[in-house]
Amino acid sequence: MEPTTPSQTVGPYLHIGLPWPDGPFALREGAPGGVWLRGTVTDGAGAPVADALIETWQADPEGRFDHPDDPRGAVRREGFRGFGRCPTDGEGRWGVYTLKPGPVPGPPGVQAPHIDVSVFARGMLHRTVTRVYFPDEAEANAVDPVLSSLDSPEERATLIAQETEDGYRFDIRLQGEGETVFFDI
Amino acid sequence: MAEDAPAVPGYRRDPGVHPPLDYPGYKSTGLRHPERPLKVLPHLLTEVTGPLLGEDRVGPLDHDLTRRHEGEPMGQRIIVHGRVLDADGRPVPHTLVEIWQANAGGRYRHKGDNWPCPLDPNFTGVGRTVTDGQGRYSFTTIRPGAYPWKNHDNAWRPAHIHFSLFGRAFTQRLVTQMYFPGDPLFFQDPMWNSIPDPAARERLVARYDHERTEPEWALAYAWDIVLRGRASTVFEHELALEDDD
Ligand SMILES: [Fe+3]
Repeated sequence: MEPTTPSQTVGPYLHIGLPWPDGPFALREGAPGGVWLRGTVTDGAGAPVADALIETWQADPEGRFDHPDDPRGAVRREGFRGFGRCPTDGEGRWGVYTLKPGPVPGPPGVQAPHIDVSVFARGMLHRTVTRVYFPDEAEANAVDPVLSSLDSPEERATLIAQETEDGYRFDIRLQGEGETVFFDI
Repeated sequence: MAEDAPAVPGYRRDPGVHPPLDYPGYKSTGLRHPERPLKVLPHLLTEVTGPLLGEDRVGPLDHDLTRRHEGEPMGQRIIVHGRVLDADGRPVPHTLVEIWQANAGGRYRHKGDNWPCPLDPNFTGVGRTVTDGQGRYSFTTIRPGAYPWKNHDNAWRPAHIHFSLFGRAFTQRLVTQMYFPGDPLFFQDPMWNSIPDPAARERLVARYDHERTEPEWALAYAWDIVLRGRASTVFEHELALEDDD
């Protein structure tokens, strides 16, 4: 067994190497049926984090992945990458244009529609990982194995996006009041 | 609703390898680390899959940072090459590798970097490539310089190249930095010292590779990157949990 390579911070100059012009478009720009998932990243003082990068990974609306390790087989959906990448702007804002995912098999049980999120930033020596769930999926959320594993309603609430005019809003609070639940992956 | 699918093998976790999120020696972690303990996320379908990004994201010259402008950049030309592997020693083929770095003097082409070191009109400092069928990658670039920062008194970052890797799964995603052997600045660098295990720090240091130098052209450094490996035991454990329900 080989020991793994340690993580290091993306640093303040991540913008040189990581953003792509089409990065925010997990669904091709202008494709129908898309929603904007937008949010801000704030620190323990409530200040916007202007040098962060958000990445998202998710299933398609049928709960399928374009990946051979999905035992149901890879499914490619025209114009859909399933992966979004967006740096935060000066006000800590980010956004990803995507399709709302469908429910995904567990085990155990069925997982509510969700999007996996990585947060990279100056001041973070390792990425943090969280999950976005949807406000219009109360029934599925109630039995989701990951949400159910959290101790308190306040913690669960940090993972549920809010509905907006063109999609959903998911704010990420790195520390302090309303701190987002982050996962050891 | 989606039907139940067979359990999928997860990836082995690697506790103790990565720096902590709260590391007072690196001041910016102060307001940017979660105070609540992390929750354990099981490796389910979303975690064992991930974007398989490849050739379509890479242009023909993206692996050569010295040929992106009219003229040649200043500095020592180097080849940085190696393999992307998983912890079981298996190569990770056809995976996107992205790098970014400062120029030979240690200055980034970035609006936030304005210390008094000249920019190089012939160097942007960004590269991309895809590993081959054996997990090998190679970049041609110039050796980056050390640069000052304001973390502590007279703070300097050891020379480094930032690396971003995807692997095959969301779980394998890694962003890290490659260092050069014998750098005198390690002792005072909080990024380096934040890695708890000294042996793990050494895994970020490339090896000088005389075999791969190009005579009268470029020196060479070899650096292998190891992503997390598969854990079939997690699979059995999670199946057992399900049977108990
Ligand atoms: Fe740097």
